[in-house]
Amino acid sequence: MAVDTVVATQVRVPAWRRIGTMREAGLIAIILALGIIMSFASPHFLTFGNMRAMLMSFSVEGIVVVGMTILLIVGGIDLAVGSVVCFAMVLAGSLFLAGVDPWTASLCGILASSLIGAIMGFFVTVVGLNHFITSLAAMVIVRGLCLVITKGTPLSLFTLPASFKAVGQGTFNGIPYVILIFVAVVVLFDFLLRRATAFRKVFYTGSNEKAALYSGIKTKHVKFWVTVLCSTLAGVAGVIYMSRFGAATPTFGVGMELNIIAAAVIGGASLNGGSGTIFGAILGMALLSVVTSSLILLDVSVYWQDMIKGCILLAAVSIDHFLHKRKAS
Amino acid sequence: MTSQPVLQVRNVTKHFGAVKALTNVDFNLEKGEIHALCGENGAGKSTLMNIIAGVLQPNEGEILVDGTPTKIASPAAAQSLGIGLVHQEIALCPDATVAENMFMAATNRRRSPLMNYASLARDAQDVMNRLAPIDVRRKVADLSISSQQLVEIAKALTLDCRVLILDEPTAALTEAEAQALFGIIRDLKAAGISIIYISHRMAEIFSLCDRVTVFRDGRHVSTERIVDVTPDDVVRRMVGREITQLYPPKQAAGEQSDEVILSVRGIGDGDCIDGVGFELRKGEILGIGGLIGSGRTEIAETICGLRRKVRGEVLLHGKAQAIGNYRNAVDAGIVYLSEDRKGSGVFVDMSIAQNISVLDLKTLTGPLGLMNAKAEADLANDFTRRLGVRMGGIGMLVSSLSGGNQQKVAIAKQLAVRPKVILMDEPTRGIDVGAKSEIHRLLRDLARSGIGIVVISSELPELLGLCDRVLVVREGGIAGELGEAEMSEEAVIRLASGVGQHNKPEKSRAAEHVA
Repeated sequence: MAVDTVVATQVRVPAWRRIGTMREAGLIAIILALGIIMSFASPHFLTFGNMRAMLMSFSVEGIVVVGMTILLIVGGIDLAVGSVVCFAMVLAGSLFLAGVDPWTASLCGILASSLIGAIMGFFVTVVGLNHFITSLAAMVIVRGLCLVITKGTPLSLFTLPASFKAVGQGTFNGIPYVILIFVAVVVLFDFLLRRATAFRKVFYTGSNEKAALYSGIKTKHVKFWVTVLCSTLAGVAGVIYMSRFGAATPTFGVGMELNIIAAAVIGGASLNGGSGTIFGAILGMALLSVVTSSLILLDVSVYWQDMIKGCILLAAVSIDHFLHKRKAS
Repeated sequence: MTSQPVLQVRNVTKHFGAVKALTNVDFNLEKGEIHALCGENGAGKSTLMNIIAGVLQPNEGEILVDGTPTKIASPAAAQSLGIGLVHQEIALCPDATVAENMFMAATNRRRSPLMNYASLARDAQDVMNRLAPIDVRRKVADLSISSQQLVEIAKALTLDCRVLILDEPTAALTEAEAQALFGIIRDLKAAGISIIYISHRMAEIFSLCDRVTVFRDGRHVSTERIVDVTPDDVVRRMVGREITQLYPPKQAAGEQSDEVILSVRGIGDGDCIDGVGFELRKGEILGIGGLIGSGRTEIAETICGLRRKVRGEVLLHGKAQAIGNYRNAVDAGIVYLSEDRKGSGVFVDMSIAQNISVLDLKTLTGPLGLMNAKAEADLANDFTRRLGVRMGGIGMLVSSLSGGNQQKVAIAKQLAVRPKVILMDEPTRGIDVGAKSEIHRLLRDLARSGIGIVVISSELPELLGLCDRVLVVREGGIAGELGEAEMSEEAVIRLASGVGQHNKPEKSRAAEHVA
């Protein structure tokens, strides 16, 4: 009990958490308001089917958002996640077509994604390039790799065994496995980020890398492993997509990184590092998802949708900047 | 001082939200005077200067320039009125050259679409030569902090100003550089320029200034002619209470111990320092002085593994230590407090508790690699109480604290790992008088409790007032050691600059400007 009270103050008191909660409350309010308006505007919005579709659509991307948020906290960024998702998918898919057991193939896809993260981490920490340019190069290279592996054509994987397809398509007591996996990943990493020492080092490094170094934290190790983690989670998302679609398309996930980064930033992650929460990032994702769904239901032209999403991102970042400036003065 | 004051501040009030930074403040600046402005951090000095320089707007009150009420709407407006401000914080473009930085404002006002770099460099060098031998074609990022500060000052000199505001200009300067600056300030005064001089250093104020104004808690306390007051008077007005003793008592004659805590033997980094050796005895505070760039910081960094040691050895309680990186040093019990508090000392956007625990993560980690939140909170509560950190709670961000309290957090962070030796680089730079003397007392208490304390400082009064023994570093080696009896400002300066010791003075001068 004594521990509980102290934990409570520890979690409640730090101001970065408090600002986080403030922002999260704001996001929830916006999402709810949008939901209420939409439920009047479209009879299809508040249906079980639409809700489930929405949740499904951002569940898998949500796994990638978790990794991206942690990477943003350490002060990095990964533009290659869309390509890596696709890479894990087509690699696992082609291994399966070559006769490998789908579970083993998936594991290979995930590990290969980790390897890509490790290579990026090497360029960032050992060679000394920045995350932006390294991952920009990786984005293009890995996309090329996807096209090479598939020779440019989508892989049809309808022969995947039902037990494997169940991961992406099946349900447990009516709840899709995808959503369960997503919730598990979110809960796990949100907890680790708040409580685990290893992840505390992520905050130290992102907040002030030199001070962290002067505190004996191996900041390069921290940055390396977070880069690997982000790619690995992208790989996990890739094989889940494969299971869900029963196909592997070499052009899948183009532009996904922007959505992911937007979600994390709307949720409060700073591009300067040092701040961000998983919960916030997921809410950011949810907001983008509700907006997308609303625009589709309202029959808004596809051409307008990106513009509107971009404006939301700009608004969110502006508000954040304004709040920070207020706090600083 | 018969004519119209150049600048009059009348009844100015400024608040930020609910916080009042200035309350009905008056301030007059006569033509050709050097007017010192004193006050603890948070007294409102910087706020007033920012109002005068057009950065902030007052909520109430007015500013008169040459007797005419004037609204100073922006820094550009202040510049065109002839008001120049040298910020305490360095605000230079690191990737541009010294010359480009110096003439930034002038370039901004010029109408010509093309840059004339040759004349820019020539003009810049002319101005710079009056201050220090810094090549204006070098990039600012390649200069040391002290040289960067000189560039800030040089930048203000290029403006054609009638009122020059200098906010702690000597905070990062060496003694020689400071002296050069004082010469220039006196020249400017002779040329009829009025100067507002903000400083915590009484010696400078009393040798340089004509009048002194003291602020406390956002209010004007007093304005007097320097000849009418003593440094003690000024300090008393600043803190609003008696500071009986500026420095805590040193070790008594019988107190000295022969027990050696740290012994450093002939260490070198193959670059800046070589053959450095000394011993730190139990209970003493050992000072390290010397010009900036002489290798003081490098010695500390080499001892604690932040810099590669190519020669020599470090012994703790007689046992040789293998220190390959900073982590090893912390584990052995040697910690280092960096001179650059914001840059590499504290995590300003993290909580006080998270700052204090950073070196001690290992012991605060329970099974499964999770942080023990209760232990972390206990640790933070314990050390903030012992160090007297004034704060809202251990969950507050470090950025919400004053400079002195931030420094206490940085020290708490070091103490949390129960070190045997603390190496402190400029432990009181930019900290107000009250907090400074608290930190000095704290260091004395720590020394008394058996922790070895090494203080690196550019401030001679601090070295002499606080330390039991002072080592002076010159050109990467120890130039000499001064015991309690031989200590004087002059002795330190002699050793630091190599005066009267046939020792290539040109090189030591040049060494000051090596980053």
